[in-house]
Amino acid sequence: MSEGTFGNPRIIEEELDILLIGGGMACCGAAYEMMRWAEAVEAETGTKLRIKLVDKAAMDRSGAVAQGLSAINTYIGSEQDPADYARMVSNDLMGITRDDLAYDVGRNVDDSVHLFEEWGLPIWKTDADGVRHDGADSIKEGLPLLKDGGKPVRSGKWQIMINGESYKWIVAEAAKKALGLSRIEERIFIVKLINDKNDPSRIAGAVGFSVRDNSIHIYKAKSILLAAGGCVNLFRPRSVGEGQGRAWYPVWNAGSTYAMAAEAGAEMTMMENRFVPARFKDGYGPVGAWFLLFKAKATNAYGEDYMVKNKEMLNDYPPYGQAAVPASCLRNHLMLKEMKEGRGPIYMDTVTALAKLRETLTPKEVKHLEAEAWEDFLDMCIGQCGIWVGENIEPEKKMSELMPTEPYLLGSHSGCCGIWVSGPTDVGAPTAADPEEEGVPAHLPRGWNWGYRSMTTVKGLFTAGDGVGASGHKFSSGSHTEGRLASKAMVKYALDNKDWKVELDTPAAQLAEEIYRPVRNFLEHKNYTTAIDVNPNYIVPKMLQMRLQKIMDEYVAGVATYYNTNDKMLAVAEEKLEMLKEDSLKMRAKDLHELLRAWENYHRIITAEAHMKHIQFREESRYPGFYYRTDKNFVDEKNWHCFVNSIYDKQTKKWTCFKRKHVDLVDKSKLFKAAAPH
Amino acid sequence: MPTFVRTEKCDVCKGQDKTACMYICPHDLMKLDKDGSETGHAMKAFNQEPEQCWECYSCVKICPQSAIEVRHYADIVPLGGSVQPLRGSDSIMWTIKFRNGNMKRFKFPIRTTSEGSIDPYGGKPMPKMDELTVDGVYTKAVMGGFRAGKPEELIRLNK
Repeated sequence: MSEGTFGNPRIIEEELDILLIGGGMACCGAAYEMMRWAEAVEAETGTKLRIKLVDKAAMDRSGAVAQGLSAINTYIGSEQDPADYARMVSNDLMGITRDDLAYDVGRNVDDSVHLFEEWGLPIWKTDADGVRHDGADSIKEGLPLLKDGGKPVRSGKWQIMINGESYKWIVAEAAKKALGLSRIEERIFIVKLINDKNDPSRIAGAVGFSVRDNSIHIYKAKSILLAAGGCVNLFRPRSVGEGQGRAWYPVWNAGSTYAMAAEAGAEMTMMENRFVPARFKDGYGPVGAWFLLFKAKATNAYGEDYMVKNKEMLNDYPPYGQAAVPASCLRNHLMLKEMKEGRGPIYMDTVTALAKLRETLTPKEVKHLEAEAWEDFLDMCIGQCGIWVGENIEPEKKMSELMPTEPYLLGSHSGCCGIWVSGPTDVGAPTAADPEEEGVPAHLPRGWNWGYRSMTTVKGLFTAGDGVGASGHKFSSGSHTEGRLASKAMVKYALDNKDWKVELDTPAAQLAEEIYRPVRNFLEHKNYTTAIDVNPNYIVPKMLQMRLQKIMDEYVAGVATYYNTNDKMLAVAEEKLEMLKEDSLKMRAKDLHELLRAWENYHRIITAEAHMKHIQFREESRYPGFYYRTDKNFVDEKNWHCFVNSIYDKQTKKWTCFKRKHVDLVDKSKLFKAAAPH
Repeated sequence: MPTFVRTEKCDVCKGQDKTACMYICPHDLMKLDKDGSETGHAMKAFNQEPEQCWECYSCVKICPQSAIEVRHYADIVPLGGSVQPLRGSDSIMWTIKFRNGNMKRFKFPIRTTSEGSIDPYGGKPMPKMDELTVDGVYTKAVMGGFRAGKPEELIRLNK
């Protein structure tokens, strides 16, 4: 076959049983679990499943854990119940989550953490005297592994501390070894899923391109795991120069999971949900260890603890405001009052916290504590250290500012937007016989299980991690676990559909034409003007992204309006997004790198549109502190204690939103104090 | 530009077609300027889109020549500080220089096994196909991580 050129790429077609899209924690978990089951299948039946993983980056450092982490945020331990975990997830996400999915992650997640430790991830331990040891020291001291009863260092009820600089490197090594290098293709960006010609409700394949050579890759597959992260930079970030790269969540998460799933016809859920983390200003360094491990307080500029000062505001949101630990959005809500009324900046009082800890510690322990504080950033957010050194901030001497960031869409961290998936069958989830809200399109399944764990409403299409909606707080370990749970069902699905002959609904040539359209736009029109970036026939991906960010920021509750929007603003956004979507066909790509950006931005637009439509449909403000619909500025339990789900029609390019009934599988009343008399 | 490449230190990984930084960057930022037409420095790597840099340091840590450093976001950070790692096989050393000249050094463990030593299925059971529909992962019985939960917590099963 001849080599492709920029104007005429080579088309490479491949037929598989199972395709994994993404290389982050979820796909690494899936690969690890799947290859063992594939071995079992081969041993028992002689059937060799054809499996491949495709990553747009390099697995050693791809996904949200690329930089490393200083904690594993989901570790249940022997002392807690998966039901407690499901309750915490529900509480932080204002009551609307799938208990079946959270519970299933909760009961299985520690298995993955124990594997990480076996593979070489250093996990901090507490010894019999209550002294903390880092992950390497604890082994030298002979402290037992978690698996053998070792006691982790809890920085919170669910979090354990690690020395996690190489967390992803280690997890990827296990996945790569499980797969074998011949089943891995890196630097291929999948941009589109393809449905089956003979059954449009079924997945048939995926198509993408290499960012290294001029080739288009078309994979036919019976079953696909789509786990390509959340969505970042769909809102105008607070830093618009070089600093826009310093997104809180990884800047390479472009909404690909949501956009591709929606276009394939998958039912989406809770796309109105977003996460607005309150983090160290500008560097977006983590605050968890400061709050939980070092017991620091956040205050307004005048030293007042706004969580105490404004606690009455929590009574506006019963029963959620009465929870022992208020939801993340409500904590933002109390902070925003101070900012809006002019009592900023908000500070993390690192000085007082460290001084207090020093009172009871030996000099050696103080030195250790200082190292822990720095490692918290160096393991996962080095950019924050960059700010500290540039501004001469030593946390024991100078406090640091906190700030709520621009909004992010994700399903694995403290957010729950994503895809509606089939859950476990043994935890009491609603079935097809249970009542459902009116208006659910007839072709969609009833109940919370339709045969295969983690399958979306498109046959053969599975997801995990940021892809699974209505179940946040999985984090790194939970995403790995979800990948593992999905992979078993995928193997089963591939076997059950062994004889199905996959046929793509779109011819290869047409797919290639569509994918390289930005290249054509460039080559065809570049000589029309003397400066290649200004041309009436095309738009540069970077400018298109800025247009998207401006619309979302100004009309869909970004930082420009202190996270406020209303029905009128949403209507303006709706019109502007439609034109933007039309113009996305005119993006140009002057090289393969820009083609990557063009498609990432297309995925951002579809994701942003889903977010806007869901906020428009949900006539209340479910997440005060993350966004407010000022025309419906309340939590309406009577009418909106339900999921908002949607489907997208790729032919008409229209969304349909509808309600799904919410059901509790564990008792939530345990979360709340008795309501304060009003 | 968040990461930058020191001109005299970069040897494009001994003249290879693909450099370590190009291999590793999660956001496809590192590029090889073969003929010098883009930077004025032929056969050197550079960050082609600095405003998209997450400062994740993947390239800094992997560069065999220690040729890559970070000048923190110019629209945010005063000049003069630096945060530079040296990543070894079991630990990472950080040298931290403040704008005012103060220095700190830290060393943290990064892994407790040697790189490449993971035996993913060593000592693990071989599952049976008919367990594919049973909830849980295949190592459930051996890793000590399955948390069964109290049955009475699942309220709909107890109705």
